[in-house]
Amino acid sequence: MNKLEVSVLMRHEVGLHARPSVKLTKLAKAFESKIDLGLSPDGPWIDAKSIVKVMATKAPKDSTIYFRAEGKDAKAALDALVMLVDGDFQNGP
Amino acid sequence: MDHRTHRATYRVEGRSAAPGIALGPLVRLVAARSKTQRSRSELGEQQALADAIEASKLDLTVLAEKVKDEDAEAILSFQIALLEDENLAAPAFARIADGEAADKAWVAAIDPEIATYEQADDSYFRARASDLRDLRDRVLRRLAGEVDQAVPPGVIVATEDMTPSLFLATDWRDGGLVLRRGSPSSHVAILARSRGVPMIVGVDIDHLGSGVDAVLDGEAGSLIIDPDPSTKADYGRRLTEQAEARAAAFSFTGQVVTASGEPVRMMINVTGLAELRDIDPSNVDGIGLMRTEFLFQEREQLPSEEEQYHIYRQMAEWAAGKPVTIRTLDAGGDKPIAGLTIPGDLNPFLGVRGVRLSLRRLDVFRLQLRALARAAVGGNLKVMIPMVTAPEELVQCRALFQTAVDELRGEGYEAAMPPLGMMVEVPAAALVVEDFDADFYSIGSNDLIQYVMAASRDEPQLADLARPSRAVFNLIGHVVEHAKRCGREASLCGDLAGDPQQVASLLDQGLRSFSVAPGVLRPVRAAIARYSSRAA
Repeated sequence: MNKLEVSVLMRHEVGLHARPSVKLTKLAKAFESKIDLGLSPDGPWIDAKSIVKVMATKAPKDSTIYFRAEGKDAKAALDALVMLVDGDFQNGP
Repeated sequence: MDHRTHRATYRVEGRSAAPGIALGPLVRLVAARSKTQRSRSELGEQQALADAIEASKLDLTVLAEKVKDEDAEAILSFQIALLEDENLAAPAFARIADGEAADKAWVAAIDPEIATYEQADDSYFRARASDLRDLRDRVLRRLAGEVDQAVPPGVIVATEDMTPSLFLATDWRDGGLVLRRGSPSSHVAILARSRGVPMIVGVDIDHLGSGVDAVLDGEAGSLIIDPDPSTKADYGRRLTEQAEARAAAFSFTGQVVTASGEPVRMMINVTGLAELRDIDPSNVDGIGLMRTEFLFQEREQLPSEEEQYHIYRQMAEWAAGKPVTIRTLDAGGDKPIAGLTIPGDLNPFLGVRGVRLSLRRLDVFRLQLRALARAAVGGNLKVMIPMVTAPEELVQCRALFQTAVDELRGEGYEAAMPPLGMMVEVPAAALVVEDFDADFYSIGSNDLIQYVMAASRDEPQLADLARPSRAVFNLIGHVVEHAKRCGREASLCGDLAGDPQQVASLLDQGLRSFSVAPGVLRPVRAAIARYSSRAA
């Protein structure tokens, strides 16, 4: 079983707001793996597929977002999520 | 209706609430409010909540497909995503399992979420609290068995009464509204006039069936069922003229001047941001009256400071430097607001309304003043107080405003004290207007007329009395003259200003500043352009 972790700096000008959060959780839900999100390398970890929890982090601009994924498509999931955040949430579902 | 099988035309009479003509099939809306079953099993409650969430999700999805602007779309997709997330309702289902009713459990699950947003440091996150409240209320309405009835465009709707929120959610293009209840001064009527939707009230709708061919004559106050071909053709022509006149209504540009060359200010009355979308701010001299009551109506909770601030600021941004006159909450009278106005007030028009209510509900008033003081920083905002009767009321308001500004600055916000004016609508204020320390005056003719004439504007039998008489015009002249003497602005924002037949009389009184519903800009401008002053 794959168990992977990555981090990415979020530059989106307003932070993890409604629109970016909707995109992020939609993308996360497209993968089978269990995906967690945190604002520090040690957590606390929250379910990246839950908009309620993702919005509750109220992550401001210039936060580093940590993802960890566990499952068959963990690598693909993290690549896609990093690309979304790195691309300033321009693309994505 | 097929001509060969044409049934006899008949007319149903009502009262005009908004002018204009609509042709189309009649649609009867039936109030769909069913009583909540109070004796549902736990399983029944679980199912009811699951169904209400599912139905709300569908409503929002339909709505999201209809909206055209990106911001509204973003909010709706956020709300849909929230409903799709099991974490949102999980605490509610747990509470139902513990024996709570679905509606209470839902509120108990969502309110803590709302609270965490309200406490956020970031103003953006704080503003999301209202999205959650909206979502909470939507699911609650569904739980109570209420249905968002979709009204197709191009039909004439006949129903008992209509809430402003349903009115606003409806696409009224080429449509019209027929109500049994309501009055020409109701909020829906104000909305209908400002959006150019023909509307009549006081109609016996019992015998009207859905699907019949109909013509609504908003001007005459009548509904014609199964019109014969010549009547239909006649109204078809008037409809075309009306469409052309409307298309031209906003095509005016530049300053309005009388025939003798005197400039006149033309401002608009609005109830919210939606009406501003179709209006080019360069064609008007600003907003003469923003009625804030609509921000407070038809909702579970009063609007937050943040929500109000965003609306006021966006209005100022729309006006791009032109004045935006915002009237503080004018609740009471014919505009009750749940949880705010006093139910069972014996004589609401002479009761605790307007500033009288604000000064008794300082919690609510303070939030509004704070939102206004913050919005005044970036924009050309003016604030006016409704129903001022005694000079002390205005003094109190000014002191409260100053306190709000000081508080905000103490908290690190930018805040400014905008010009503070008064509505002149109570005869006691109009008669001795010089006693009031107002930065500007705005004459509210609807209330002024009914208070001067002691005749309700909602009493059809007194329609001949509840009109602008010489007494009313004398008072208007007195206020305008005082304003001129002390170099302050006096405008008139009641229905009187929007009546082309009264324009000359108002100009005779020296009035040079009008604030009207956007739909009547053109005829009023035309009436002003025809006027030559008596002195000239």
